Amino acid sequence: MAESPGAKSMKEQFWDPIAGFGVTFRTMFRKVVTEQYPFEKQPTAPRFHGRHQLNRWPDGLEKCIGCELCAWACPADAIYVEGASNADEPGSPDGSGRFSPGERYGRVYQINYLRCILCGLCIEACPTRALTMTNEYELADSTRESLIYEKSDLLAPLLPGMEQPPHAMLLGDDETDYYRGQYAAPAPGTSAEGAK
Amino acid sequence: MTTTPATTTGAERDVDLVQVTIDGIEVSVPKDTLVIRAAEQVGVQIPRFCDHPLLEPVGACRQCLVDVPDAGNGRGFPKPQASCTLPVAPGMVVNTQATSEAADKAQQGVMEFLLVNHPLDCPVCDKGGECPLQNQAMSNGRGESRFTASGGVKRTFPKPINLSPQVLLDRERCIVCQRCTRFAEEIAGDPFIALVERGAQQQIGIAESAPFLSYFSGNTIQICPVGALTSESYRFRSRPFDLVSTPSVAEHDACGSAIRVDHRRGKVMRRLAGNDPEVNEEWITDKDRFAFTYAALEDRLGYPQVRDRVEDGGDGSLRPASWPEAFAVAARGLAAAGASAVLTGGRISTEDAYAYAKLARVSLGTNDIDFRARPHSAEEEQFLAAHVALGTPGAGAVTYADLESAATVVLAGLEPEDEAGAVFLRLRRAARHGTRVLAVAPYLTRGLGKLSAHLVPTAPGAEADALAAMVEHAEHGVDATTVVLVGERLATSPGALTAAADLAARTGARLAWVPRRAGDRGAVEAGCLPGLLPGGRPVSDATARVDAAASWGVASLPEQPGRDADAIVAALVAGEVRGLVVGGVDPADTTDPAATRAALEAASFVVALDLRETEVTRVADVVFPVAAAVEKAGTFINWEGRTRPFEAVLPSPSALPDLRVLAGISEELAAAGHGAALGFRTVDEARAEMSDLGAWDGDRPAMRAAGATGAASGEGLALSTWKQLVDDGVMQAGDKHYAATARPAVARVSPATYAAASLSGEHVTVVGDRGELTLPVEQVPGMVDDVVWVPMASFGTSVLERLASPGSRVRLKGASL
Repeated sequence: MAESPGAKSMKEQFWDPIAGFGVTFRTMFRKVVTEQYPFEKQPTAPRFHGRHQLNRWPDGLEKCIGCELCAWACPADAIYVEGASNADEPGSPDGSGRFSPGERYGRVYQINYLRCILCGLCIEACPTRALTMTNEYELADSTRESLIYEKSDLLAPLLPGMEQPPHAMLLGDDETDYYRGQYAAPAPGTSAEGAK
Repeated sequence: MTTTPATTTGAERDVDLVQVTIDGIEVSVPKDTLVIRAAEQVGVQIPRFCDHPLLEPVGACRQCLVDVPDAGNGRGFPKPQASCTLPVAPGMVVNTQATSEAADKAQQGVMEFLLVNHPLDCPVCDKGGECPLQNQAMSNGRGESRFTASGGVKRTFPKPINLSPQVLLDRERCIVCQRCTRFAEEIAGDPFIALVERGAQQQIGIAESAPFLSYFSGNTIQICPVGALTSESYRFRSRPFDLVSTPSVAEHDACGSAIRVDHRRGKVMRRLAGNDPEVNEEWITDKDRFAFTYAALEDRLGYPQVRDRVEDGGDGSLRPASWPEAFAVAARGLAAAGASAVLTGGRISTEDAYAYAKLARVSLGTNDIDFRARPHSAEEEQFLAAHVALGTPGAGAVTYADLESAATVVLAGLEPEDEAGAVFLRLRRAARHGTRVLAVAPYLTRGLGKLSAHLVPTAPGAEADALAAMVEHAEHGVDATTVVLVGERLATSPGALTAAADLAARTGARLAWVPRRAGDRGAVEAGCLPGLLPGGRPVSDATARVDAAASWGVASLPEQPGRDADAIVAALVAGEVRGLVVGGVDPADTTDPAATRAALEAASFVVALDLRETEVTRVADVVFPVAAAVEKAGTFINWEGRTRPFEAVLPSPSALPDLRVLAGISEELAAAGHGAALGFRTVDEARAEMSDLGAWDGDRPAMRAAGATGAASGEGLALSTWKQLVDDGVMQAGDKHYAATARPAVARVSPATYAAASLSGEHVTVVGDRGELTLPVEQVPGMVDDVVWVPMASFGTSVLERLASPGSRVRLKGASL
């Protein structure tokens, strides 16, 4: 293909060296794809697997029943759960109260984000839809301890109409009213969560 | 939870075999085998709920339906049959779900019925993950539910109700298999639970005023094939898949029951019965099951402590110290104290007991060592040396199986239900199959009643005469097919152990000693007695001493006979012995608690090894924390003489086993020129040395003639007392639900004694030489007159401490409370 060394054509001598800049010039007039993260945050895909969230019922009670199925499903062994009994009577011996409808709640709930691979198997395992994933992806920190998220870090914020547990079941007489969705008026601001 | 049946014994191998065809495979099984077991022989697991190899067949759940095209007579059953109640017949043809569509469909139908009213609790249910219903619904149920589609509504009950303070019943989950009720009736003999109501409302219930207060109630939780029965202690604590299970041995009694310890993240969550057909089968007492929290209490000692002695310019208080410093201080103090003695409680493993025994002989140069932190006697020591030490099942000692084959079992100084649960269950099974139980006791307790025992009414102190009278007593029929079980309490009755040995010798009956504590028997073998070196070598025998000394590589062993625990206490008070190494002794258990406390005060140097802070550690000069049974490997030797080794469940770097602490002290002592070092630091090394040393094969010491026998004379009533299974013991602390299952403390007297004391009302005050005690009183018909029974430690303090010295007389007076 080469003709003879030293004898370059006009195209090779003058056009080719600047032809590459064409891409540069053309791009200068296109829309910029660089994201100015962290100054500008871009929304993720709606079903992006981000940080977990422990959801609440519309009255503020936790949905988590401490069943540990998420911990069982977790392939990375990132989740640790301890269950405990809800107690309706005030002044119960263990000093707890009612945190979720039904008999059992998750007393300890930890996710270790150093281990979590955000695969979402825990979400599929959760029998009460207590555990879902948000689109929050900024999961970096400078210490190992701070990346073990406790229950308080994972619980969904209290929306208007919700009350901080422990408190009695406000939406029904027993847990089946909650599970079947047979409660009368959901508190405002919970429709987004309910639509998931 | 299902198990293979117990290994076939030689006798069973000779029985007729029956040829049957199961799923096209011919198999020979013994006559009367149930089809469900025969199917296991060909490798087919028929689903089942109510069937349990140790319970009588009942056919309650109907899950094990199989097709029987030929019942052995050429004709088949028109409908599927429950294989758990169907014995094999020659030529029978059985098709299980593996080959028969009819059987599979029948099983799926039964499963569908069972699931109709079973709640969807699996995520919150304690059984979830180890649930036979879950597993068999997957293996033998339909994949799709027809229930919700047809708009079904489940039967519901309010959530759990308490059958007892410990056992909870969730009636929705119950599939009415009756395993629990059958266990309670057949095995434990406590039929407090029964089926009530009919139809869909059928449920397990208790009488209103009679909770399920059985010492064996925890077993029903374990055999429940669904999560209907749960325990307060374990409820919602963890899931089976995050538990680490370790086989172990129960440390609460001398039965050597196999258990399984489940732990998670360094904490024991629960304990279950292991399966050892030769020992406890699949049953354990509630004490073995629930009393494990003592090792995780707040007041566990975590580091060695050394007292800053006032003489040395300190303030007299205990301060934390490093291990090497504590070893050095302990060694220095013991060396300075001069004559020292060793007291070990009966709760330590055999290896630890061996370390104590060797420390006393080799480092401290004394035979003053005793494991009996309870009322005891010199006669008992002779009895142990002559009749108990070195007995093993292989060498002809009495075993659990012998209890079942014996024609008669004599109990003396032993209340098996309270003091040896696994023995009680074996005796109960034996009694159901015709073994006669003779109980030398002051009254027929509930436990003895469940054994259908024949009472030989005997006042405390009169056991020797009662046993001696049995030789001649034709009706009692004590002969070579008899087993005599003597409890440790017999030591408090002068002459009784001699009489028991004499009874055995004259009739050919076999004799076994059943202590209460797990380490007692091992301590005998390990030489924690003043007159016995390890391996049953008598101190009095020069050959035995030389044998042990040669094995240990020391020039000689002390030949002066040692003091027993009472004598050690007296010598400490008198100043003859000044140093004391004490491990796991509760002064309230000892013969004279006040004297023991005085001895601890009088001792110039006390080294205490304990789990938790106790009154001994508070006065000790050096305190070493030691490992609890779950934190170390070891061996218990049960009453049969069977070795029951176990491995550490939770290795804890902060708690060393007793033998490692003693090794550290002995090494410091040896460095200072006192004796030799123990020569082992780990349990494995100790085991190796013990097997090198071996058992004594020379002459066994004979029992000397007994001293005075008969009941102590004097005014007043004879005091009978023993520890109930669930009481105030230090190793039962920390579980309030378990503690609530304790039987109430009552005083028991015969109606005549009650009348003679001109009592009225429901309470009585028992007055002894150490104090008085007010308890509810119960009149027991048939009880020996002029005897009062009180529980030893069920009211916050011990009888020995608050009421009377052993063998002394008490009197009654009315109390208004």
